[in-house]
Amino acid sequence: MVDLIISTVTQGFIYALLSYGIYITYKILDFPDLTVDGSFPLGAAVTALLLVKGGNPYLTLLAALAAGALAGLVTGIIHVCFKVRDLLAGIITMTALFSINLQIAGSNLAVGRDVATLFTAEPVKTLFGSLSLLQRKLIVSFFLMLLVKLLLDLYFKTKNGLLLRAAGDNEVLVTSLAKDKGKVKILGLVIANALVALCGCLVCHEQRSFSATMGTGQMVFGLATVIIGTTIFKKEGFVKGTTAAVAGSVIYKICIQIAISLGLPANLLKLVTAVLFLVILVVGNRQKGGGRANA
Amino acid sequence: MLEMRHISKIYNAGTITQMCLFDDFNLTVGDGEFVSVVGSNGSGKTSMLNIICGSIPIDEGQVLINGQSIDRMKEYERYRRMGRVYQNPALGTCPNMTILENMSLADHKGKRFGLSGGVNKARAGYYKEQLAGLGLGLEDKMNVKLGALSGGQRQAVSLVMATLTPLDFLILDEHTAALDPHTAEIIMRLTDQVVKEKKLTAIMVTHNLRYAVEYGSRLLMMDKGKIVMDKSGEEKETMVTDDILHVFNRISIECGN
Repeated sequence: MVDLIISTVTQGFIYALLSYGIYITYKILDFPDLTVDGSFPLGAAVTALLLVKGGNPYLTLLAALAAGALAGLVTGIIHVCFKVRDLLAGIITMTALFSINLQIAGSNLAVGRDVATLFTAEPVKTLFGSLSLLQRKLIVSFFLMLLVKLLLDLYFKTKNGLLLRAAGDNEVLVTSLAKDKGKVKILGLVIANALVALCGCLVCHEQRSFSATMGTGQMVFGLATVIIGTTIFKKEGFVKGTTAAVAGSVIYKICIQIAISLGLPANLLKLVTAVLFLVILVVGNRQKGGGRANA
Repeated sequence: MLEMRHISKIYNAGTITQMCLFDDFNLTVGDGEFVSVVGSNGSGKTSMLNIICGSIPIDEGQVLINGQSIDRMKEYERYRRMGRVYQNPALGTCPNMTILENMSLADHKGKRFGLSGGVNKARAGYYKEQLAGLGLGLEDKMNVKLGALSGGQRQAVSLVMATLTPLDFLILDEHTAALDPHTAEIIMRLTDQVVKEKKLTAIMVTHNLRYAVEYGSRLLMMDKGKIVMDKSGEEKETMVTDDILHVFNRISIECGN
């Protein structure tokens, strides 16, 4: 039972990275970014390939960040430079990434038990060698979740972060500030998809495998976590968006784990995710008394 | 100095709805002039502003600022030396950010938005001073989000934000039209105060003929893409609302408006 709780919370921490990404695109930039369904497995594919080839586990973090950033850049350029609608721009990149992921790692790629991952390599091994693998996963994912959260919180307070928030709030103002709103949007997409790919990377380390279909529904999952988090903390104005994203992610994973424990077949997971998301949206709209037409 | 030379603008060229708005349109606005522009709907007032700001492309002609062509500059580049207050109070500010954050953004207009601190606490005093000049008590609400303010308060902040950095031009695009008469009056007086204090060159489009007569140093009336009235100096000083109302009505009746 304790093991189950630890692994569920670990999942929540790992997927919080994806929630950060969605928080940036959906909440800050108001951009429904479907690239996520492609950049998430992209991070995992790059990671699986590097691990299998004997690459340093820490290097995979950087590689995944870079690959995700590139995916975000492509979506941004399609949207900003070629004036393709936001949803379509994401769908185009996502579709292309499916093939690219297959090229990188095939339809499935397992990482052997003998290969060191983030959770078994040095210095984690020396520092937390006495702990079980499960506990080590919790500590490492908590550390990464916290590190990225603090970095993001700092970033949002910089001039650049302020401009990013302005771009989502009122893009006319960004133009009035003599700044190219397109570039700001692209930057937001780059950061968001880098984080999403980083999440894919961690998932790959955790489950020691990549599969081409692992991205399906990740965007909806991420939206659900962000909306859960921000809805819960709506009244607490001082709670940061990143904190809300972490909370949403952990709560969501716990809910799903409870459902599975109660006998929900794993094959129905995505259906449950979709229905749950719809319920959250409808309830959220009721509370707001209307809601945005295109949200 | 702003010059619009031989501007021609055709909407929907080559289609059945083709409409020629400007044909050889010329306008020169000297430094320090406060020009109010009136005219019925479709007379080209807002199109003229959009051409100056680069929001819509032109088919022929040139726009020059201080003798230099700005035709090749993108919209956002032109705003480095231009400020604009919109009809919609929501367009001038960020609703989910505090007054302090909004002012910080405006204070940094045109510069590089790098990774240094977004809000410079040392400047807060200066922002408060600027807001205090409005006389609306906004200087005590620095940490209130703009979305929580009324339309008039937001428009007042928009005005301060648009004029916080040095400008070649201030563009006022029917900026009192969405406000109630009392608030509109306050914003109009504040506008006049800001323009005079900062010695700005301004162009104001308005539907309020009285504002056009009372404020500003020059008055233009436009109709079908042409300037049909241009008064400045003493001529403008001695004008009363009825003088332009008469011309305005005649044009409106001819057009069937």
